[in-house]
Amino acid sequence: MKVAITSTGNTIDSRLDSRFGRCSFFVIYNTDSKSVEFIPNPNKDNLEGAGPASVQLVASLGVKLVVSGEFGAKVKSVFDSLQIQLVMIPDENKTIVTIMEMLDHKNE
Amino acid sequence: MSRPKRIRKMTNPPNFRGFRPMGLSRENNPVVMNYEEYEAIRLSDFELNSQKEAAQAMNVSRPTFTRIYESARRKVAQAFVLGSPIVFEGGKVYFDSDWYYCHTCGCWFDRPDKEKELKCCILCGSSEIEQYKGDSEPKVKEDVCICPVCGKEKIHSDGVPCHQEICPDCNCRMIRKGSPKNKFYQK
Repeated sequence: MKVAITSTGNTIDSRLDSRFGRCSFFVIYNTDSKSVEFIPNPNKDNLEGAGPASVQLVASLGVKLVVSGEFGAKVKSVFDSLQIQLVMIPDENKTIVTIMEMLDHKNE
Repeated sequence: MSRPKRIRKMTNPPNFRGFRPMGLSRENNPVVMNYEEYEAIRLSDFELNSQKEAAQAMNVSRPTFTRIYESARRKVAQAFVLGSPIVFEGGKVYFDSDWYYCHTCGCWFDRPDKEKELKCCILCGSSEIEQYKGDSEPKVKEDVCICPVCGKEKIHSDGVPCHQEICPDCNCRMIRKGSPKNKFYQK
């Protein structure tokens, strides 16, 4: 399963970005093959519609689960119709590594 | 190009796909009922809310709720009389109640697949999760009548048109605050 995590930087030690639509990087983590790729978010500085545009991006990558700090109002219903699960983590100090470990732990 | 619809809020969709009339030799064309219409009937006729409360629960205006409800009733009547099946489908809604909270890692997650029950946290696998119950009472924005002459405000009472309210200070008829008429009186 592919998981998208919003990240503030492009290393796995970066912290989680609390915004979904305007996050700096998307980390695409494949829980089966353990592969990680970083995708800079092209919609970071959009005046409006950053959320839906980011949804398009992660959906086109075949992601089934999105981890972020918070999601905007326009995004939730779109994710619902695409059958993509959302996870909100209120703790901004979590690093990408810890989240990946948590996901692995679940699959054991 | 019609005006964009406001997204209606609803709790949970029905956990079945629709209804079918009994004892018909052949099926008629189904009546498609939107989720928002189902929700309107549920709030009004099952939970016995007033239309004002129901409209607030769905996050739409009271007249809009009435329109949704009316179209829902017409579809039910059509299905009853013509013996058409009812299919629940579509509508511009978002679901508000299916967020879960995990006590172990403190994260929130939702449930995209409404058919499946969630047993454990998607992130850490702990089973200590609970469903989010939503805000207890939505904040009601009161309508206010305002006197166009002296600006005195008064809480609007339902069922009494504002122009029947007389301002106690200057005996002038009041108007609804925020109505377009107001701009003529702005000093």
